[in-house]
Amino acid sequence: MTIKILGSGCAKCKQLEKNTIEAVNNLNLKADIIKVEDFEEIMSYEIMSTPALVVDEKVLSTGKLLKPAEIEQLLQ
Amino acid sequence: MIIFTIIADWVTYTLLNLSLESRITASVHFFIEDTIKIFVLLLFMIYIIAFLRAALDTERIRNFLQGKNRTLAYFLGSLFGAVTPFCSCSSIPLFLGFTTAGIPLGTTMAFLITSPMINEVAIILLGSILGIKFTAIYVITGITAGMAGGFFIDQIKAERYLTPIGNRALNKEKIDIQNINGKRKITIKDRHDFAKSELKEIFHRVSKWIVLGIFIGALFHGFIPENLITDSLGNGQWWSVPAAVILGIPLYANASAIIPIAESLLLKGLPIGTTIAFMMSVVAASFPEFMMLKQVMKPKLLLIFFLLLLFMFTISGWSFNIIF
Repeated sequence: MTIKILGSGCAKCKQLEKNTIEAVNNLNLKADIIKVEDFEEIMSYEIMSTPALVVDEKVLSTGKLLKPAEIEQLLQ
Repeated sequence: MIIFTIIADWVTYTLLNLSLESRITASVHFFIEDTIKIFVLLLFMIYIIAFLRAALDTERIRNFLQGKNRTLAYFLGSLFGAVTPFCSCSSIPLFLGFTTAGIPLGTTMAFLITSPMINEVAIILLGSILGIKFTAIYVITGITAGMAGGFFIDQIKAERYLTPIGNRALNKEKIDIQNINGKRKITIKDRHDFAKSELKEIFHRVSKWIVLGIFIGALFHGFIPENLITDSLGNGQWWSVPAAVILGIPLYANASAIIPIAESLLLKGLPIGTTIAFMMSVVAASFPEFMMLKQVMKPKLLLIFFLLLLFMFTISGWSFNIIF
């Protein structure tokens, strides 16, 4: 499972990354978590607001700072 | 509102037993009253506004703005910018998202101009501290600035000055932007949950700024002599407005922090127009946002945009000084 967190350097994006790591650990999942900060790549996912959560190339959430519990729900 | 003065009176004079004459007392009173007042108001208003705003997201806005007649688009762009909370890091995805949908550059810019300037926290603060009249002026000026800015950007055919990334967005055909958030129906519970999380998030993000702003305002209130401001910037000399605007550029505070400071400035005699110009300059000309925009706008366009903002704020400042 590859999870990408799309967002340039602001606090929300960093927090989403932390929350995602926590969620993945809680679920004991084996996943690669990558933070994407490059605009060209972010734009290729055609999203309109960051931070965004992409799992196995599917965009699951945009513009929201999800809590670990919410991320866990999405991952299951 | 008077309840807050009463509480502050009690804490300052009774509890802390401070003397009426001392400067520190004035600062402390200001600090206590404003802090309590603002936080209570924020609590209510953020919740209510977030509750109402729960169904609004950038995808819906984008769909709504597509294909609208120019003038209407500038107005709506500004309006939506005003009501949507702003995180500078969203400016790029938003810019690109709007542009790929064929929304004219000017409309997108109208949105980006008003977004940092007007948000519910700013309005609450303005309303409670500086009154409805001032708030109305600020909002109307902000939206007009957004519309004028957008119009100007289209007139100079700013599309010429986009970076490769920006250009690519311009040339892409209409793309069905991921409509994840847009399709669900929003229930009351959804709204409550959203409002609750917005409340926590905004409070967390903004409270330190507000306290800082009130603190600085309080210092002003107690310690800056009455005449310092009026003598240097307050006599309505024509250059005081541009000076205030220029002064505001390197200073960046978010809209919440600047308001208590503006209050103090006004109380010390700074003219309305100059204060508004200063406030807007501090908030709208922000370093992080320009850093972001640099990715899609060539330096020349950035400069034009920047000067445009300064120009508009100065004109607003002058106009208000004359009217009031």
